[in-house]
Amino acid sequence: MAMDESVRKAILGAVPSLRAFAISLCGNVDRADDLVQEMLLRALANIDSFQPGTNMSAWLFTILRNHFRSEYRKRRREVEDSDGRYAETLKSQPEQYGQVEYREFREALAQLPQDQREALILVGASGFSYEEAANICGCAVGTIKSRVNRARTRLAELMHVNSAEDFGPDETVRAVLASGE
Amino acid sequence: MNERKPVGQENTMEAAASRKKSAAKPAKLGRDVQARLGQQLRAMYDEVVNQGVPDRFTDLLNRLNNNGSKDGQ
Repeated sequence: MAMDESVRKAILGAVPSLRAFAISLCGNVDRADDLVQEMLLRALANIDSFQPGTNMSAWLFTILRNHFRSEYRKRRREVEDSDGRYAETLKSQPEQYGQVEYREFREALAQLPQDQREALILVGASGFSYEEAANICGCAVGTIKSRVNRARTRLAELMHVNSAEDFGPDETVRAVLASGE
Repeated sequence: MNERKPVGQENTMEAAASRKKSAAKPAKLGRDVQARLGQQLRAMYDEVVNQGVPDRFTDLLNRLNNNGSKDGQ
């Protein structure tokens, strides 16, 4: 299965974002990299099913997301894993993320239901449209919209944020700068 | 939960939880709050994106590609 160079480049180009997605999903860098590796193996084994001209990145995200889902179900059966346990794991390993700056945010993110978390990340960080995110998650566009809205509301609750001032003066300035998206 | 932050009316997990139960529909978030949450999410995400592609994945793709060529699969 010698790869087309353009395909190889497209896959490698998507890896940094796929890693960020995987880490946001599972909260553990080592496990995230294992997910990315398995995703790469699956993508290459099924490269013939990729339709040239369609979005390579979205295709890879779908594979990673589905693999994470099935792994998660398996683990859950094995060790009674849960979002709560995941949040606890996260708290005990803040150093895995480098800076502690976003620790509170990460902890709040970890407490979101999985459906909401993945929807928020795909739309809010990975840069997918609602339609693309719906395709990746295999659900309706309206479902993604509602999950993203609920995720935002819940995050604000968990972080006790009622207005941008609650983030502190410096960060409010940055929020203003960032709001021109 | 966090003593550093000035908070509004609710400053405990319990209060937030009970509010969630009692409110039929959650209050709509202000645009400023949404923007700030979005900025934090992207900053966290981009921290990983900026790490680029770890060698293990470049090596893996090269290895698979070379094997594929040799085996003629």
